[in-house]
This record gives sequence, structure tokens and C-alpha cells, in this order.
Amino acid sequence: MPAKKGTKEQMPDWSQYRGILVFVEQRNRVPKSVSWQLLGIGKKMATKLKAPLIALVIGDQVGEIAQEAIYYGADRVYLCEGPELKDYRTYPYSRITLNLIRECKPEICLFGATATGRDLAGAIATHLPTGLTADTTQLDVEPPPSRLLLASRPAFSEKMMATILCKKYRPQMATARAGVFEALPRDPSRTGEIIRIKNEIRESEIATKIIEFIEEKGKVHLEEADVIVAGGRGLGGPEGFKLLKELAQELGGEIGATRPCVDVGWISHDYQIGQTGATVRPKLFIAAGISGAVQHTVGMQNSEVIVAINKDPDAPIFQIAHYGIVGDLFQIIPALIREAKKRKAAKQHGASLFRS
Amino acid sequence: MLHIVVCIKQVPDSREIRIDPNNNTLIRQGVPSIVNVYDLHGLAAALRIKKEYGARVTVITMGPPPAVKSLKECISLGADEAILVSDRKFAGADTLATSYVLTKAIQKAAEEWGPVDMVFCGKQTLDGDTGQVGPGIACRLHLEQLTYVGKIIQIDLKKRRVRVLRYLEDGIEAVETNLPVLITALKEISPVHRASLSGMIRAARYKPPVWTTASFSHVDYNQIGLKGSPTIVGKTWVPKVRKVEGEEIKGETPEEIAIQLFNKRNVQEQLGWL
Repeated sequence: MPAKKGTKEQMPDWSQYRGILVFVEQRNRVPKSVSWQLLGIGKKMATKLKAPLIALVIGDQVGEIAQEAIYYGADRVYLCEGPELKDYRTYPYSRITLNLIRECKPEICLFGATATGRDLAGAIATHLPTGLTADTTQLDVEPPPSRLLLASRPAFSEKMMATILCKKYRPQMATARAGVFEALPRDPSRTGEIIRIKNEIRESEIATKIIEFIEEKGKVHLEEADVIVAGGRGLGGPEGFKLLKELAQELGGEIGATRPCVDVGWISHDYQIGQTGATVRPKLFIAAGISGAVQHTVGMQNSEVIVAINKDPDAPIFQIAHYGIVGDLFQIIPALIREAKKRKAAKQHGASLFRS
Repeated sequence: MLHIVVCIKQVPDSREIRIDPNNNTLIRQGVPSIVNVYDLHGLAAALRIKKEYGARVTVITMGPPPAVKSLKECISLGADEAILVSDRKFAGADTLATSYVLTKAIQKAAEEWGPVDMVFCGKQTLDGDTGQVGPGIACRLHLEQLTYVGKIIQIDLKKRRVRVLRYLEDGIEAVETNLPVLITALKEISPVHRASLSGMIRAARYKPPVWTTASFSHVDYNQIGLKGSPTIVGKTWVPKVRKVEGEEIKGETPEEIAIQLFNKRNVQEQLGWL
């Protein structure tokens, strides 16, 4: 191992640390999609390192999720089950994860940059101790021998990117933003090993009790939407979103917004895309009245097809749009709604003709 | 009486930071310093508990001497004491080294003013955006840890239990735990009230105690500053906008434009119309 010039510092021997560990997050036995995205990017890095991709599943009766983790790319899954593990709580989850890390010595550990992932990773990194990079949006590894994790994340309100390194400690840890990395296609023919680990912590040892969890049913999950119709300041007011909603419904999608719209109260923060909001990569993204500030575009630029509608032909949004429409959104959007309706009606008509 | 410690950080107002287009570096000059907004809401929550249950509120920050400005702001809002933890040896700290020093300071505050029952941190800072210091402190002090707290429902002083709401991505969790506890605050936890006149007068006269490495009975120099920080910044760059060769869709009427757009094969594909 190369030592720093001019110092006697010897790099420790990390050869025992091999493999990438992904913490699989779930609620009520439903896995979070960010977990599969982490396995996706984890697989790429594991291939480069010629190291195994390992998943950790914790919960109550979550064996199926362990199986799913294999379908999504894990070579080996550690499974820890018990009624006291039904909901995430820092103490038992961090102990189980710590013990596993100490035992199986992964060189990299990845968590979703979600409330749970950040809560857990923060506790573990301090315990070990090791370095932890928060909210990464790019992950890569240097090939052997350095095997260094290049954990890159936005800084200063997304105006800069910084690569964070952890050279002197193992494992190297990072949380990663949901919606940024791509999951592998689910492949039920994939095989892997599931290893059960025991939970040593009893309910009586856990001070924290979950009283109840109120799921926000109406809550939008923009990260999951296939189609997003988003609006910016060009909408001029909250009514504009009704129009977008109508188009979104016709296209089977959700609406989204830029931060200024949220800040002035036209729409709730749940719909915000970009910095301090959601990162999305839908199949189709329609940007209406959005100028295209970087704080917004960082959250949507990976959409498959981007359509921009703006009065200003010089709006920066056109630089990242596959299709640009220079015009008044209050004329274009209604026309799109009418046309979408027409086509759907025609399709249904065609289908009914075919059936008869 | 409860003893509450609130950890704050003075940060550059990141909304005001611009990039110099000539050399792609940050322009920090003239950028105002503010108290990290989530920390202020954490302080507001602590002050509400003080009002309702009776508490002593100690504010702690680790930072360079100009952070005195933020500490005075906290005094003006109603904090009892505000400590500056400052030493050149602390410089260059990442979240791990920061949580070590703040832990030392919280332990010292406990020696000075009684055992600490609650620690508040903001859910994350505006400049670092990590949210890792809070869990780090909880871990080092063996405190129960409640992150992303949007509301404190009640504190049972007899049973030494606290019940809160955590606001998560997929819903709201009502959860209860023991004191001592570390809470990381969302904006929703409490509105920030304006300083009172008497608060402002007190702040103007207040001189924050300064704690250095010499103030602590034992400091492990391998755990502070750059040396105690496992993470380092490699390269930084300004992200380029991903430009695509876009196609302009033109038409005489909005209808024509709509037809043309929906005739595009890849649009139809993405919509699942094919």
C-alpha cells in the first residue's frame, strides 16, 4: 500500500474487508425502491472490485424481501427476523447491522438517504468508527489495489459537486439519494445465498416504542411516477396546477413543481422537484413554465424524455429538453389535454370495435 | 429542572453563494452568516419546553470566534447560556470529529449545570447537509435517538418519557422513548419567535464562555480536527448541465403542436400508448 509522502504513516491492511453491503429498507414488509437502486449501483461497483454484493434485510417475516434482494442483484443476503424488529428502531437495528459489519467486514456499506437510512448510518459510522458520506448522487470505485469508494454529492445548494474519500478507515460508508441510481431488472432466475442471523435483543431492552404509524395515503410518490407534468413560476398562481393535474391524469401521471411555487404556497412541498425536494427520473417529464434553474434540473434531468413549454425561447430548460415548445402554456396544455382525450377515446373505440 | 442542550452551527447562507464562472470556485465574500435554520427551530422547541415544564437551556456551538454572533442571537431568543467551543485544533473536522468535540462540550455542560436530559440538533445543516452529527452525539453519549422530529407531544417528567411525532417520507410516526434523549428537529417542531426587548438587552451584554481543548479534562487529539476526520474532500467540480440536441415543435395552432408532440414515437412509447 502506498504511504503518504514524507510521513511514516502506514496504510493498514484492508485485505480482510471485501464486498459491498446494502441495507434493504422496508415498511410493513414492503421494500423501498431505493434499496433496489442501491443494489443496482452496488452491483456495478462489486463487479469492478470482483467482490460479492451483500444485502441485509431486517424486519418481521421479511423472508420474501431477502429473496427479492437476490432477484435484484445480491449474491448473499443476511436475514434477521423477529416481532421486535417489525418497525425500524435505532437501537436494535444498529446493533444487528454493527455486528454483521464487524463479522463479515464489507469494504463498502450503502444506505438510502432516507430518514431511516440516515438515522441508522449515522449511528453506525460513529460506533465503528468510520467515515460516512451523506446523500451521494454518484458512486464509483477505483479499481484494485486502491479499491477506494468515490462518493460524490452535491454541495452548496447543488451548485457544486464534491467527491468525498475515506482512505484510512474501513468500511467506507455512504447514504445515497433515492431516485438517482437505476435498479437492475428483477430477475427471478438469479440465485444466491440467504443466511439467517439471530437477533439477540429482547423487546424489554428497547426503550423506544412505536405508538402508531400514520401512513400518508394521499401522499405523492413522485419518485415512482412514470409521467410527471411539472410547473414553475410561469403558472402564475395555484390555479395553474389544476390545469397540469388534468393533463397529468389524462397521461396517467403526477404533477410536480419547482421550489419558488412551493415557497409562495401555490402547492405543498410534497410536489417539489430538485434541490431540497424529490429527485425523479420518469419516462416522460413535461416542464411547463419552468425556466430551468439548476436547483430544479438536478432533480429531473435524468428523465427519459423531457418536453419543455415556455414563452421565453432563451429559457435554459430548452437546453435539456428533447422537445421544446415555445408558446403560452395556457394554450398548449389545454390543447394537449384535448388531444390526449381524443386519442384515448379513439383507442377505446378501436378496442370495442375489435371485441365486437 | 430539565437541562436541555441545543447544538447550533453558524453557516453561510447557501442560497446566497454564487459560483465564479471564470474559475469555477465559490464566491464566499459578502455571503451572510446565519444560524442554521433547523437549529433555530430546535432552540425554539427547547424554549417552549422551558416555558411549559421549566428547563435550563444551554446552547453550544463549535466554530471560529465570529460564531459569537449566532450565540448572542440564541441568548436574545431566551437561552440561558451559550458556549463557544473554539480551538484551531478543532479545524477541519468532519461529522465524526465534530460529534466528538460536541460530546465533550455536552459532558462539560453537564458538570457545570447538571445532568443533561435532552439534546437538540437541527435535522441537518444548510452547508454540510449530512444530518450525521446528531446521531453521532447520541451514539457517543448513549442517548436515545429520535431524528426528524416535527412535534413534541408530551414529556412525562415522573416516568422520564418523551413522546414525539417523527415526520418521515411515507408518513408520520408517533414514538415514545426515555430521557435522556437526542432529538433532531424539523422546521415544524416549533415556530421561531422574535427576540424580546429584554432578551436583546441581555444578548448585547452577554459574553459567551469560550471552551478550548484546554477546557476539557481529557481530549484525544487523534479524534479532533483533520486528524480525527476519516473523510476528506477529493475533487470538487461544477456540474455541467446535460445538454441534449432538442427538437423544437412548431405549429400554427396549439392543436397542431399537440398532435405533433403526441405523434412522436418516443413520446408514445413512454406513455405506453404503443
